[in-house]
Amino acid sequence: MEAFWIILVGSLIAVSCALLGSYLILRKMAMVGDAISHAVLPGIVIAYLLSGSRETLPMLIGAAALGVLTTVIIELFHKKSNLQMDASIGITFTWLFAIGIILISLFAGQVDLDQDCVLYGEIAYVPLDLWITDSGYNMGPRTVWIASGLLLLLLLFIWKGYRGLFITTFNEEFAKALGIGVAFWHYALMGAVSLTTVISFESVGAILVVALLIVPPATAYLITTDLKKMLLLSSIFGILSAIGGYYLAVLINGSIAGAIASVAGLLFLSVWVTGLVKNRAFKLN
Amino acid sequence: MNSTFQFLSFSDPNVLFVVLGTMILGASAAIVGCFSFLRKRALVGDAIAHSILPGVCLAFMLTGSKNPLYLIIGAFITGWLSLLLIDGITRTTKLKSDTAIGIILSVFFGVGILLLTSIQHSGNASQAGLDKFLFGKAASLTKDDVYVFGTIALILIAVVILFYKEFKLISFNPDYAKVIGLPVRFLEFMLATITVLAVAVGIQAVGVVLMAALLITPASGARFWTDKLSVMILIATAFGAISGFLGSYISYIAPAMPTGPWIVMCLSVLTIGSIWFAPKTGMLAKYKVQKDNQRKILIENVLKLFYHLGERGSGFNNERSVKDLLATRDLRTKELKRGLRLLKKENWLRKKGNNWLITQSGLNEAKRIIKLHRLWEMYLNQRLKLQPDHVHNDAEAIEHIITPELERQLEKELNYPTKDPHESIIPYAE
Repeated sequence: MEAFWIILVGSLIAVSCALLGSYLILRKMAMVGDAISHAVLPGIVIAYLLSGSRETLPMLIGAAALGVLTTVIIELFHKKSNLQMDASIGITFTWLFAIGIILISLFAGQVDLDQDCVLYGEIAYVPLDLWITDSGYNMGPRTVWIASGLLLLLLLFIWKGYRGLFITTFNEEFAKALGIGVAFWHYALMGAVSLTTVISFESVGAILVVALLIVPPATAYLITTDLKKMLLLSSIFGILSAIGGYYLAVLINGSIAGAIASVAGLLFLSVWVTGLVKNRAFKLN
Repeated sequence: MNSTFQFLSFSDPNVLFVVLGTMILGASAAIVGCFSFLRKRALVGDAIAHSILPGVCLAFMLTGSKNPLYLIIGAFITGWLSLLLIDGITRTTKLKSDTAIGIILSVFFGVGILLLTSIQHSGNASQAGLDKFLFGKAASLTKDDVYVFGTIALILIAVVILFYKEFKLISFNPDYAKVIGLPVRFLEFMLATITVLAVAVGIQAVGVVLMAALLITPASGARFWTDKLSVMILIATAFGAISGFLGSYISYIAPAMPTGPWIVMCLSVLTIGSIWFAPKTGMLAKYKVQKDNQRKILIENVLKLFYHLGERGSGFNNERSVKDLLATRDLRTKELKRGLRLLKKENWLRKKGNNWLITQSGLNEAKRIIKLHRLWEMYLNQRLKLQPDHVHNDAEAIEHIITPELERQLEKELNYPTKDPHESIIPYAE
């Protein structure tokens, strides 16, 4: 049963990340996703300090605020002072992440977060944190409900906003000409990335969120150019990584999150190499 | 205060090693980072830093020891591998380089975490401290560490000095470097090698996650102060060393404070300060230039109103009310009043009761602007063959910018015309 819950949470998060990551990659914003996933840390710590608990809602608000703030700062440095984009990203997220770690050390007694947990989370604890209703009924692990809620929300977002996201992703100029709010979709997407990051934080940590955001969609993008197929394929790769990762971690007794990222990398590697070999064969013919 | 004195006196040799170590690491990463920054590879450093973790773990698994030399060799190998893979992915697929960086960074780090946790769970007692690679171990640098890092830093600096001219060229213009026959591939290899080395030693101070900051934050800040590469490297080095010093100082007086994040914090403050306050290129300086321009355009536009009203027959020596002025040009009342106040300060306008009167010097200035406007209209009409009804907007913008040199050239080119394409008189100064 434990294995089932862990794989379920891993898959739910993997699918959420894969859906958003597909848009990030197509918008050439893969590293902005990376930056946000690091930069939400101070938001989480501040929310923790203010609310005094590990309640989900304040953390979501704190993280979403920091996530959007990150993109604003990056844009500010990039546009207003001509700092190149990659340097702007690098400066911003390392700075915010450093602030987060400093805050954790400063309030070590009050914040029940440790540095390692921030980096790679602990998905193995998922089955321990059960949601028991007032009447004493066991609803299963709390994280399962939160992760499902997130996925439903994202599916709704992508379903309702499919057209807006599609047009602003592929042709910003055309979207502007049609009168579609480019900035709105940009910040909506960034907000969604922040939410996903913070929900995934406890289970897989800051950096492995990036693995799930970028690697499965990149693998799917190697195979297809159709957005709908890409969303589907990247979700499948995400789920495969979650399942494979769990068993790999059990096999060598290591971090499940690390193993999930490793398997996602292996899937990418095999698709990439297969493509290379096929190409070679095609050229030789 | 007492502890500050203790810190600065270096009476505790451990303090000396920590301070020296972090300063050397900060400085050497900053030097190499300048080249990464200029070659627009800022985030590659981040990928290398994350890729080093599996190398360190593998080196430990194979040798069973934590000798810094073995660990650095392991780090070096996977760091290099990550560069090759990023390059391979961007060359052979349609994925962009930032996606490739993200893939390599997160997967290598994932593998590293997997190996690290596996080692930790294996119960091997000598593994303790390997996880220091995640956040750095600046506060516990030893004499041996300082020797190893110092040597590597010296090698880095020697390589940079030796190939300074070549590195400079491939940073700014790799195509030209290729054309004049420089071994660009070899130079890129050297540059990549010293980057990997700098990252491999630098993560000892700040750890995997924050290493990118040690590399590019000082370079980004230094860029705002100078256009010269040598000066930029010196400033970046100073930023790196100062932050290393301050970071170790802060964690000395407040032992609960982590050194690595504080080093990054100091670096960020220095750099973000530069972004805001650097003369000429900083955000505030740019904002001031923008404000000054807006002010100049406003007062020139208001001054022109007086000329236009005078030209329409009522003479230049008549007083004008705010209402008259507003009727002549589409301006917000608030803007107009601000312009009038500014013009009074310049002594180009005088206030009489509720009305305004242009002074002689104001009139001369107004004539100059009108002249520039009409000369430009003439130029567009005569030389670019634009219709008279198409030239006004263009002239409206450029009249504020034309320099005296350009003015003389225009006059000569058009042979001192007396009328513009709309048959209005072009006023010359007496």
